[in-house]
Amino acid sequence: MSAHAPEQPDIPFWRDERYLNILAQILVFAIVAGILYSLWYNMNRSLEALGLPLSLKFLKITASFDIGEKLISYTREDTYLRAYLVGVLNTIQVSVLGIIFASILGIIVGVSRLSTNWIVSRLAGAYVELFRNIPLLVFLIFWYQGLFLKFPDVRDALRLGDIYFSKRGVAFPWGIPTETFQAYLYILGFGLIAAIIVGVVLHKQGEKTGRMPLIGFWSPLTWIVIGIIGWFVLPQAPLSPTIPQLPEKGFNIIGGRVFSPEFMALLSGLVLYTAAFIGEVVRAGIQAVSKGQTEAARALGLNGFQTLRLIVFPQALRVIVPPLTSQYLNLTKNSSLAIAIGYPDIVHVYGTIINQSGRAVEMTAIMMATYLTFSLLTSAFMNWYNKRIRLVER
Amino acid sequence: MQRKWLAIFAVLMVFSLVATACSGGASPAPSGEKVVETVIVTVEVPAEGGEAAPAMGANTLQTVKDRGKVVCGVNSSVPGFGFLNEDGSFSGFDIDFCKALAAAIFGDPTKVEYRPLTAKERFTALQTGEIDVLIRNTTWTLTRDTELGANFTATTFYDGQGFIVRKESGIKTLEDLNGATICVGAGTTTELNLADTFAARGIDYTPLVFETADETTGAYEEGRCDAYTTDKSGLVARRTVMANPDDHVILDETISKEPLGPVVRHGDDQWYDIVQWTVYATFTAEEFGITSANVDDIKASTENPSVKKMLGLEGDMGQKLGLSNDWAYNIIKYVGNYAEIYNRNLGPDTPTYIPRGLNSLYTDGGILYAPPIR
Ligand SMILES: N[C@@H](CCC(=O)N[C@@H](CS)C(=O)NCC(=O)O)C(=O)O
Repeated sequence: MSAHAPEQPDIPFWRDERYLNILAQILVFAIVAGILYSLWYNMNRSLEALGLPLSLKFLKITASFDIGEKLISYTREDTYLRAYLVGVLNTIQVSVLGIIFASILGIIVGVSRLSTNWIVSRLAGAYVELFRNIPLLVFLIFWYQGLFLKFPDVRDALRLGDIYFSKRGVAFPWGIPTETFQAYLYILGFGLIAAIIVGVVLHKQGEKTGRMPLIGFWSPLTWIVIGIIGWFVLPQAPLSPTIPQLPEKGFNIIGGRVFSPEFMALLSGLVLYTAAFIGEVVRAGIQAVSKGQTEAARALGLNGFQTLRLIVFPQALRVIVPPLTSQYLNLTKNSSLAIAIGYPDIVHVYGTIINQSGRAVEMTAIMMATYLTFSLLTSAFMNWYNKRIRLVER
Repeated sequence: MQRKWLAIFAVLMVFSLVATACSGGASPAPSGEKVVETVIVTVEVPAEGGEAAPAMGANTLQTVKDRGKVVCGVNSSVPGFGFLNEDGSFSGFDIDFCKALAAAIFGDPTKVEYRPLTAKERFTALQTGEIDVLIRNTTWTLTRDTELGANFTATTFYDGQGFIVRKESGIKTLEDLNGATICVGAGTTTELNLADTFAARGIDYTPLVFETADETTGAYEEGRCDAYTTDKSGLVARRTVMANPDDHVILDETISKEPLGPVVRHGDDQWYDIVQWTVYATFTAEEFGITSANVDDIKASTENPSVKKMLGLEGDMGQKLGLSNDWAYNIIKYVGNYAEIYNRNLGPDTPTYIPRGLNSLYTDGGILYAPPIR
């Protein structure tokens, strides 16, 4: 270590780039902090003058308004906090279902666009172009008012098998949990653990023998078999069926599970819209896999479906996942357009709470934090998945 | 969006920490110890009464005068009360009180800027100083008076909540609505009364809540809801814009008290007084029989000291409010007394006819009663 740096001439610190950089950063930070602080200070002063100092105590106050759709028990005697939770769960419900259905439809659309069948690919192309070019809000309002509110009255409901379409929503046959439902959930839980164990064991074996068994087949099968056996072993079926029926009188369909027009319009609207974008993501992903891969697969004797499943998809997935994550985030955030069609999501309940309590600043902060949490969780999950599939690379 | 800000903020924080650490290490201690310094940022705090805080003991009257017009938060979709006409002008009972206020301040009823608001937006608009006064069929309640940073000045219209249903449904009472879906506007007292009343009477129902009256009544008209509920005045008004007004009936029952009137921001007493006495001036003018048509004659000939005080011929009533002494004269001259305002918008010759009932002077069997202007 005899090499020594040439002596640095002493330059005054106001001409030293390192100092200047640091100085600039401190300055920027001070300015931003100053602006934020003065905004904060101003807001506090104004709120105090109005007799509304910041506080979260109001969340414990009785909400005294009703909410039309809820996944947990809620009455007007519950707190604002619980009312908000009802909204949060409604958002989660529509987002999770939306993501699942939009993914399925999106994959179909994306693959169809690449189909060699002219009609299929043109249809998929037209679908994508149509939905990519309508503002979602406009579409949702049209979809809700033009379709779901145009269904007949309850007593003349349209019938499709045991599914009824009316202005009161779409009624499906459903299951009502019986006394053994709780026990059945435990059985399903047990089945899930068993399925994971089977997966792990098979994987180890595969590594040893060098021939990977079809884990994606055996593991779910374990779960399904346990689920089916459990259903019949229990003294009473865990769910008893309820079939929708037209009412003699009264306002509503009797029996079944009724999904409101607002929920159905929002869910299907989000799915149709997002699937168009996912379709493009999938198409781009597939096209990113070089043609040589497909040709090689065909040369090895794989048929079209096998080529897609074993060669193209695994490689395309790596390209697809990051933009797919954005689409999932978009869907979740777009669900806030529920407000335009009366579905009580987060934003809807938030607005009512603000109006009844006057706590705009606090509620806005809470709502922003909620959406931020959703987005971060979704991103975290997708990043984890992305990393996992990347390991496939050799 | 929020994420981005958070990230920027985090980056700035980290930079500043790194920056301080580096400046500490600029003359590295031989031991290699890290020197951590704390930066204390001093920030200029805006001076008292800064412009950014409209709510602060602000002098609303001065702001209004400087601006040259009153910004009035109104309804745009309830005919007879607050309605945006096809030609872009506003008209209605509430709108006339905005005009009366402008007449009192400027002697010119057109010096108003109307800001259409939904029920849900209105209090935030008032709190943030976006509007000077809220005159938008708004019910006076204790919670709103205390929790929302709002002050109710006077009641211009005594109302109550009712229900409208389709005639063919045969619904006559609230009990007939058991199991029904009911359309209601977001952020209204109506939403709360509905929950209270139906819970108390054990009637089961599903609320369907929309932001604007057009959406709410739209869903009701499509048959999505079995009933639509709001203030009875609102029902009468909204029925006039339904496709077939005659197909709908308003149930007799009234489930609440809905005193409607102008609202101002908490914390400016002078402005509160001005809005309040503008309303009282219209009551008093009706009581004295002064109208826009005869106010000039009466002003020229009256010997009644009370009338003289009101019209600014005697004393300095206007100045006490921070206005000119002909404030009440201007209200009557340019907008009219209460009866004129009422009949213009809700009288027998209008599509939105509502009998005056409680909204008659106390001398006519109603409950309108203004404190004396003296
Ligand atoms: N007086 C009640 C209700 C006032 C109200 O906003 N009524 C609704 C009826 S749906 C309305 O006028 N909406 C008009 C709009 O939002 O465009 C209150 O102050 O909360």
